[in-house]
Amino acid sequence: MADALLTVSNLETYYGPIMAIRGVSFSVPAGAIVTILGANGAGKTTILKTICGVMDPLKGTVTFERREIQGLDPDAVTRLGISHVPEGREVFPFLSAAENLRMGAYTRRDAAGVARDLEMVYDYFPVLRSRADQRAGQLSGGEQQMLTIARALMARPTMMLLDEPSLGLAPRLVKEIFEIIVRINRDRGVTILLVEQNANMALHVADYGYVLEIGRIVMEDTCARLLDKEDIKEFYLGMKSSSVRGTRRWKRKKTWR
Amino acid sequence: MLQLLLNGLAVGCIYGLVALGFVLIYKATELVNFAQGDLMMLGAFTCYMFVVWYGAGYWLAFVLAVVTVALFGAALDSAVLRRVLGQPQFAVVMLTIGLGAIFRSFASIVWGSEIYTLPTPFSARATRIAGVTISHEYISIIAGTVILCAALYAFFTFTRVGVAMQAASQNQLAAYYMGIPVKRMFSLIWAISAGVAAIAGILLAPVSLIDINLGFLGLKAFAAAVLGGFGSIPGALAGGVTIGLIELFSGAYLPQGVKDVAAYVVLLVVLAIRPQGMFGTIARKKV
Repeated sequence: MADALLTVSNLETYYGPIMAIRGVSFSVPAGAIVTILGANGAGKTTILKTICGVMDPLKGTVTFERREIQGLDPDAVTRLGISHVPEGREVFPFLSAAENLRMGAYTRRDAAGVARDLEMVYDYFPVLRSRADQRAGQLSGGEQQMLTIARALMARPTMMLLDEPSLGLAPRLVKEIFEIIVRINRDRGVTILLVEQNANMALHVADYGYVLEIGRIVMEDTCARLLDKEDIKEFYLGMKSSSVRGTRRWKRKKTWR
Repeated sequence: MLQLLLNGLAVGCIYGLVALGFVLIYKATELVNFAQGDLMMLGAFTCYMFVVWYGAGYWLAFVLAVVTVALFGAALDSAVLRRVLGQPQFAVVMLTIGLGAIFRSFASIVWGSEIYTLPTPFSARATRIAGVTISHEYISIIAGTVILCAALYAFFTFTRVGVAMQAASQNQLAAYYMGIPVKRMFSLIWAISAGVAAIAGILLAPVSLIDINLGFLGLKAFAAAVLGGFGSIPGALAGGVTIGLIELFSGAYLPQGVKDVAAYVVLLVVLAIRPQGMFGTIARKKV
């Protein structure tokens, strides 16, 4: 794709001898929300870690704004404009929420802009304003998740990598967080690569989706079309198809068509 | 009595400063640097060298020595210790003990194994206040510790880099994601704790004379760090002062020989009652 902001091609990443990513290629157009679906251990998190530089790929390239970035240190990747929201609310537990947010803007030098953006993220997440002086470790799980998203936003990224933002949150909170993700994308033009197990939610907010199984991409399409596919319905959305006789075959094979 | 208190406080401050070095490095990198005491020894010798060999003034020599040792600490991190990150703790412990031995033999080659005195503006001066003779050397140790701790506190709380260092030690991975250059932060931590050790060595020099075995004081400082709760900065200082006071008071009031073990007895008792140390906390991650 010519207008792609981020292009990943033939990526292979290993954990020691174990091949976690088996030659994955995909691209994310500027301004879009793209999602990668997959079960546990499919390699979703590994892809994000490889993009943001925490893991180095053995083969393949990651191109961001026409520049190859694979193998760079994570702080260098962040400086280029990719913010990673890691899985599992990695906050700085003994710093206050406000200090956590300021750390998000570590790479920036414009104090006035940082102050403006602090107000901006408080508008997105009003609960964080009332928790500003509390230690991040004392916030609730949902607040910590909001804090990590807000913190990533403070770097004023071109692109955000979101790893399982719904993990372990109540359904109402999940909905709220996804609404904010969409707002960030629409209002601020931040391109988003979203990795999720909550396929229903992800397919409804994203524009384009990839399905990852055991380190390979098995299917890709626009999210509207993905929602209609039988395999997606059955294996990712939990909708059961029944035959004419009302009974279900013992096991349906995935065909990815 | 008051005299004893003051001297104990001063000795305790030295332990506290070296313990602070242990804790800073441990909190940031989860390594225990057993060469901390020997870095202190290097600081004292470097200062001595600048004053006696090159005729620098005390204050100039002080600054030069601290900067030299701090740079050396940073170099040590980037050249040697970065390679053992993630290796078993045992390897790191052996490595730093080995480094300590190397520093000692380096010192004996360069400066010789005699005992030196460092002339300072505080040497052999005393003030009498309310019937108590206070020697300036001890005052300088206490004042130096207070100033240094205030400066470190301000640095870690109010500066961008200081807060980033805290962040890097609390959650290394998240710090990487924020674009904080974590490796450089670690080198900076090493520089700071080597610098603190050097300051301790220089402050101690007029009281205890300089020789290559000055570094073995590091063992007692290690006990102080454990007593305070390894990983707690106020704990390190409190532990140091406690051990200093215990040592001097038991030396004065208890039979000969108790002085050397008293600190360890207290350490054992405290650890039996409160295994996490005086100021230690058992951290749990919220899931």
